[in-house]
Order: sequence, then structure tokens, then C-alpha cells
Amino acid sequence: MAKLTREDVLKLARLSRLELTEAEIDEFRGELSEILQYVEQLQGVDVSDLKPTNQVTGLTNVFRKDEIRDYGYQPAELLKNVPQVQADRIKVKRMVV
Amino acid sequence: MSVQPWLPIAELAAGVQSGKLKAVELVEQAIKTMEDKKDYDAIIAILYERARARAHQVDQMASSGQQIGRLAGVPFIAKDNFLVYGAETTAASNILKGFTAPYQATAIERLEAEGAICVAKANLDAFAHGSSTENSDFFTTKNPYDKSRVPGGSSGGSATAVALQMAPFATGTDTGSSVRLPAAFCGVVGLKPTYGLVSRSGVVAMASSLDVIGPLTRTVEDAALVLDVMAGKDDLDSTTIERDTQSYTELSLDLKGKKIGVLEEYMDENVEAGVRKTILDAIEKLKAAGAEISEISIPSMPLSLAVYYILCPAEVSSNLSRYDGQRYGYSYDQAKNLDESYSNSRGRGFGKEAKRRIMIGTYVLSSGYYDAYYKRAQTVRTKLIKEFEAAFAKVDFMLGAVSPTPPFKIGEKTKDPLQMYLADLFMVGANLVGIPSVSIPAGMSDGLPVGLQLMAPQKADRQLLGLAKATEAVLA
Repeated sequence: MAKLTREDVLKLARLSRLELTEAEIDEFRGELSEILQYVEQLQGVDVSDLKPTNQVTGLTNVFRKDEIRDYGYQPAELLKNVPQVQADRIKVKRMVV
Repeated sequence: MSVQPWLPIAELAAGVQSGKLKAVELVEQAIKTMEDKKDYDAIIAILYERARARAHQVDQMASSGQQIGRLAGVPFIAKDNFLVYGAETTAASNILKGFTAPYQATAIERLEAEGAICVAKANLDAFAHGSSTENSDFFTTKNPYDKSRVPGGSSGGSATAVALQMAPFATGTDTGSSVRLPAAFCGVVGLKPTYGLVSRSGVVAMASSLDVIGPLTRTVEDAALVLDVMAGKDDLDSTTIERDTQSYTELSLDLKGKKIGVLEEYMDENVEAGVRKTILDAIEKLKAAGAEISEISIPSMPLSLAVYYILCPAEVSSNLSRYDGQRYGYSYDQAKNLDESYSNSRGRGFGKEAKRRIMIGTYVLSSGYYDAYYKRAQTVRTKLIKEFEAAFAKVDFMLGAVSPTPPFKIGEKTKDPLQMYLADLFMVGANLVGIPSVSIPAGMSDGLPVGLQLMAPQKADRQLLGLAKATEAVLA
């Protein structure tokens, strides 16, 4: 039975790149444990001889030609949504600390 | 809720084409109704300029004798997770606030190509995560029949808008209930088509193996027309399937001899008495009209919600990883480095339900837990598919309640996320197996609408719409 510890929640938050407040850590510890306990009812189900389903309508790989298509997107318009732009490029914070 | 009702969509379009009706006036009627009913909080933004300009253009085309299309001048409202070119698209989330769509969803493109006019963006649970619109980062939409109650979710803004005649139709998305539950709670028609029938390109992704797009309308006939316009393969969404070669508006209305299975698991003791009675009355009327009613069972159905709440968060955690504060959306500008910028932006930009689902998804996909949770859920999904196939070998359609309860009170379930999840219990099955399912108004119980859920095998959307239209007629 999944009963998450504070460390578990912090690890999940770290893996998910989510900064949490102290109150959220407490709240999520209880709520996420409850949700995981609910879904654990699947553990007892007999699934022998069954394969997992990944695609419900039976499609397999769908290919298209590897060629550039012009959808008419305007770079200037796409850049309008970017938080920080410098010389028509997306500016991000430094990666190496 | 006294409001001027719209004509059927096909009549509106014919009127605009012939010049008897003016698109400009239809758009003004929609705008006025939205402004008058502002206190229901169904709408995030009215697209005044865009809608008026297009209406003007449509009227000009009509007066110069040009063929416009099957939705000529018909106003509609898009759920705010559809990208509408040039309009702000937020998915009701703070992290996408201020995002202007630089391109357009295929579904919107197809509606506009037939002359429809998008007049507004409707409220939803942020990223479509929820069953009440209470998870919207902005505000909660009110139920059109009782303002102290929820409209259902996540397409709650769309359903309230259609019920209050703000527009003849609205678009919705349904990952686990999100078109059908609000349709049931607001007394309108909500269609979840077969998985892949409508392109999701340009619609904010939630859980990609489950997400479908569907219309919310006042009648089945309107829903069929809107589906017919939106359906079909699209290069931009490789999961799309071939559409029916026949129009989805050509419906067989004969109920005689139609085999309909009443799904035991959707009519069990958890169904509230008033809801149950309304559905049982509807079944009696179907019987009287010649339908062959029998009982049918999907024994693993009670497991469907557990399957859903593993697969859905897993896919959500993947789809929502793109909101990283760098390329678009909210960005925390005080972060010290790139890694902190991700965590700070996501931590401050996402609401609680998005965070819950991202973390559950991360948990069930992490090494060591993947087999026990994710893979097992995908395998139980196979079990459900086989049980549905066996049931559809015996009956043409299945029927049951949409929701075990009438619309609940605002605030009733917000303290307990699991209780909120359980509201979807009767609907997630259709998403997990990819079949079409529709909610139509079955009647009223204690002054609140009750939805009847009808289901058909995959790709039998036209047949399902025929049954729904015939059922609508016997219930009228």
C-alpha cells in the first residue's frame, strides 16, 4: 500500500520539476497516497494471457514523407509568446551553475 | 433562464445563405446573450472584433451570391483549450495566460471553412482536469438551472453557454467525461465520438490515448451536423481514422427491433433515486417504441476508474512537460538558472489539480513502479475492451446513466480530489475502449436535468446518432 512520505513527495516534485510550498507538500502527501491506494485495486486483477493495449483503434505506425511543409507560421508571431527574446532567439537562464 | 432560442443550425445557415438572416445580427444576438448572462461565468473571453469582422465578411459573400457553407454565419463558442487563430488561448490556466494562438486547431479550421463564426472562448477546469469547472484557475461556471450548483466539467463553460442560448453550439473535449457530464448537468446534448474521428491538432493535449473532440448542442440533429463538419482524417493528427463515407446527418430513426442493453454497472445501487427513475422512465418509452431492451454487464467496469486514474495522469505528466517557462507561457523571471526556472515557473504557474496529476503520473511511470501501475492498467484496459466486444456481440447499443447523481453543489467535492474523480465513474469506460458515447437530456428530477448515456461500438457514430435522435423524439 502506497503511503507516501515527505521525502517521496519531494522526490516526485523534483522529478516533475515542480516547486512546492510547505503547505502543498503536506496536502499532496495525503491526497496522492489516497489516490494511489484507490488505483491499487488493480493489483489483484487476473490479467494472465492478456497483453497491454497501447492504441484502441488498431492503428500501427503512421508514416509521412520526411519533407518540410509550409504551414504559414510566422516566426515573428511565434516569438511573440516567448517570455525572453534576444536577437530573434529564445533566451534562457544559464544551464551550468 | 428565459432566453430567445436559436433556430436549428441548418436553418440558421440556410437563412444566412439566402440573405433572410444576417450573420451580423446572429453574432450580435450571441454577444448580447453572453453579456446579459455574464453572472454565470461561462465565458473567458468574447471575441468581439474577430467575430464581427467575420460576420460582416459572411454577409458580403451571401449578398454577392457566393456559396458559403453548411454553417454559414452560425455563431459558436470554443472551449478555451482550442487554438483559435489570433485569440488568447489559456486552457483556463494561469501558466498559459496571455498566450496568443499563432495557428488554429483543425476542428476550428473546418468549422470556419463552412462559415461558422467563433464568438467566444468558454471556461473549463484548467487543462480540462476536472468534473465541475472548479479547477479553472480563473472562476467557477454556474449551473444554468441552479447557480449554487456546478455545470459539470470539464467543458462546463461550453455546456452552460449552450443551455443559456449564448450560441447554437459549442465545442468540447472529452478525455474521461468532459463533454458528456456537463451536457447531462446542463440539459444539453454532448457527443463523444469514436477515438480518432476528429483531429486534435491545435487542441491543448491532456491524455492523448483518451482525448476526443465533440460538440455540445441543444439537439442531436445539430450535433450530427457539427460532427459531420469536423470529422475525418488529418495529416496533422496521425491518430485520426477514416470517417464514414455517408454523412453523419443521414440517420436511421427506426427503433423497432433495435437491441439495447441496459448496462447493469451504470444502473447500480449508487445511482441516486431521482436519476434512476428518470432513466427507467426513458427505458419504458423506448420499449413502447419497439426497442428490444435487455440487461447487459461489463463485469470489470467497476475497475475502469482505477485504470483511468493511472493512464490519464501518466499521459498528463508527459503532455504537460512542455510547459517549462521558456518558449511560451508563464515564466518566473527571478530564477537563478535554467533548472530552477523550470521548477519555479511550473510550481507557480500550474494549479493544484495539474500538479496532483503530474506527480501521480510521474509516480506510476517511474522505474520500479511502471510494471505494477502503468503496464497493469494498460492490460486491464485490454480486459475491458474484450468485455465491451462481448457485450456488443449481443446488443447493438448500450444505455445507462451518465452520472450517478444530479449536479452537485459548488464546493461539495473540492476538499476531496478522489470524491471528485468518482463523479466520472460511468463515463471513463467509453474513453478507455475508444467507443462513441452521447449524453442526451432524459428529463428532470427535482428541477435539475438528468442525462441519458447511449453507447455504440467503435466507428458506429452515425448509428449512435440515429438512436439518440429517435430517443430524443420518444422522450419529447
